[in-house]
Amino acid sequence: MPEKAPERGPAEEQEAAPEGASGAAGALGGAEGAENAGASGASGQTEASPLPGRPEGKRLHPVTPWRRAWAPVAGLIAFSMHDFQRTQEWFTQLTTGWLIAAFGVLLPVAAAYGFFSWWFTSYLVTDAELRIRTGLVFRRTAHIRLDRIQAVDVGRPLLARIAGVAKLKLDVVGTEAKDELAFLSERDAVALRAELLARAAGIAPEAAPEAGEAPARELLRVDTRTLVTGLLLMGTGWGAVLAMLVIPGVVFAVSDSFLAGLAALLPALGGVWASTGGRFLKEYDWTVAESPDGLRLDHGLLDREHATVPPGRVQSVKITEPLLWRRRGWLRVDLEIAGAGKDKGGVLIPVATRSAVADVLARVLPGVGLDDAAEVAVAVPRRARWCVPLMWRGYGHGVTDAVFVTRSGLLRRRTTLVPHAKVQSVRFVQGPWQRRMRLADVVVDHGANGWTAARLRDAEEAHALVHAQAERSRTGRREARPDRWMT
Amino acid sequence: MTTGTGTDQPDTGHGVEHGPGPEQWRGVERALLKVRRVVLLCTLLPLAAGLALLLGLTAGPGWAAFALLPLATAAWGWGALERNWRSWRYAEREDDLLISRGVLWRQLTAVPYGRMQLVEVTSGPLERRYGLARVQLHTAAATTDAEIPGLAPQEAERLRDRLTELGGARSAGL
Repeated sequence: MPEKAPERGPAEEQEAAPEGASGAAGALGGAEGAENAGASGASGQTEASPLPGRPEGKRLHPVTPWRRAWAPVAGLIAFSMHDFQRTQEWFTQLTTGWLIAAFGVLLPVAAAYGFFSWWFTSYLVTDAELRIRTGLVFRRTAHIRLDRIQAVDVGRPLLARIAGVAKLKLDVVGTEAKDELAFLSERDAVALRAELLARAAGIAPEAAPEAGEAPARELLRVDTRTLVTGLLLMGTGWGAVLAMLVIPGVVFAVSDSFLAGLAALLPALGGVWASTGGRFLKEYDWTVAESPDGLRLDHGLLDREHATVPPGRVQSVKITEPLLWRRRGWLRVDLEIAGAGKDKGGVLIPVATRSAVADVLARVLPGVGLDDAAEVAVAVPRRARWCVPLMWRGYGHGVTDAVFVTRSGLLRRRTTLVPHAKVQSVRFVQGPWQRRMRLADVVVDHGANGWTAARLRDAEEAHALVHAQAERSRTGRREARPDRWMT
Repeated sequence: MTTGTGTDQPDTGHGVEHGPGPEQWRGVERALLKVRRVVLLCTLLPLAAGLALLLGLTAGPGWAAFALLPLATAAWGWGALERNWRSWRYAEREDDLLISRGVLWRQLTAVPYGRMQLVEVTSGPLERRYGLARVQLHTAAATTDAEIPGLAPQEAERLRDRLTELGGARSAGL
């Protein structure tokens, strides 16, 4: 940390120490790790001298101001596409004088805004926190507790790759959006991630900046052939293609208007792209590696993404087995991490064989065997067919020493695993019809704002299960890793 | 100041014993039932009167019989609210809080003390008028649905303090 002023060191430590201690004890305030203390309105005093009050800490890469430069240009282009004739008229009226005036005013204003927003953005890593200060007029200071970081991503969109920069995204519990630092030079981004993880792991503060990247061991690499075959064998892609062919045809036949057919085609095209090409680009060269500071995920053809999930942050794992993959024994695995949001749902493995998945899973959730988890799930009683015809066969539930297992789906089988230590509350839910059938659902809520339900269990069993699960989730935490996993 | 149903257990198998000793179930204040009935009547009676008047004047007296619909709903609701009120109960066990509710759709929620992030006591104007407060528990999971309405303010405060204390003692991370 070259820019860290020496006199800050001790002060930071004093300030940080009690916080770290209370963080481990977590006194009724776990989610506060994401306190985004919004310190605002301090712009008045910063205008005293030409470039005053630049907050201490490191600055982002100088290319940053350009990241939004394309927006006005794109807006202008969209506008002229929208109303082509009027734009043409305007252009004939434009004189060189007007052009010069426009550029003379707009360019400096835009440049100044870009420069100042870059100038006033800085970040600083202390022993316990990452502090990000942003804002030209409304100042915002985010203090992110390192021991509450759920995942660190380094993203390199295509243009950023050309420019040699990257952005760093942090998942923190309780925040809606990811806090991100965009852009850093690629080297800085990697170094910062290594430092953040080292400090979060509890490595001594002096050693942390030099600790560097922890060594990684590759667990799994999805080759292109498997990925493409897997995507081709997915029902969703073909369903989208079918919809693309049928819907515009029907619309055209009904409305007899070519434009309406075209309008219906566009969203369908989007759907097809999202489930085929888009997924291919995103999941290309998917690599899962293991390192002391967590699981590393690298993927992407054009936009390279890199995610690090520290140990013990996984709230739930969902294993999917589409119908056409069954013959090959392929599986897909999704993760839920607190802070990432339920809708985003991170992929852990897009497609892999059963043994490879079991291998990775044993690292993600120590002490969990894929086959054990699958075997432990017991089917629901036969009378459940009066509650949910046909689909009842898919439901199943079981408990191992480490996880709560639920199974559902007939054609596309889904198995969800929630570690006992991550269960926040347990619910017993029973509707009137279920009561008649002496059946009930047991729902467990976990920290990633998600839940999973063991559906249609015998009522007696469900009651016992609620109590037993509450007990397990209470004690499960004791064997879990500490927040600072290397201390 | 009645305490709900302390003795008559519902048939959903509270007879199945788990953990040390039988749970001490507590009901919620009878005033909650009053508040809910007041709200019920204050919405449905004016609705019935308005409907009767409107239909009687515009379509004829025969049509005004449709105003009996809200009245019937009110009569049914009068009893349903009582059954629902009786179903609300909670138990502080050694390591977790149990909340049970619902007549047709039954729900039993168990929240280990160590998982509580925040305990909230709220009281709206109408609830305050009847001397009521509600306690809501928040865990790290937003889907956790743990709320106890209709507590006496002292009881709500006692519960809050006790839960906070227990939560601090048994605290666990995410």
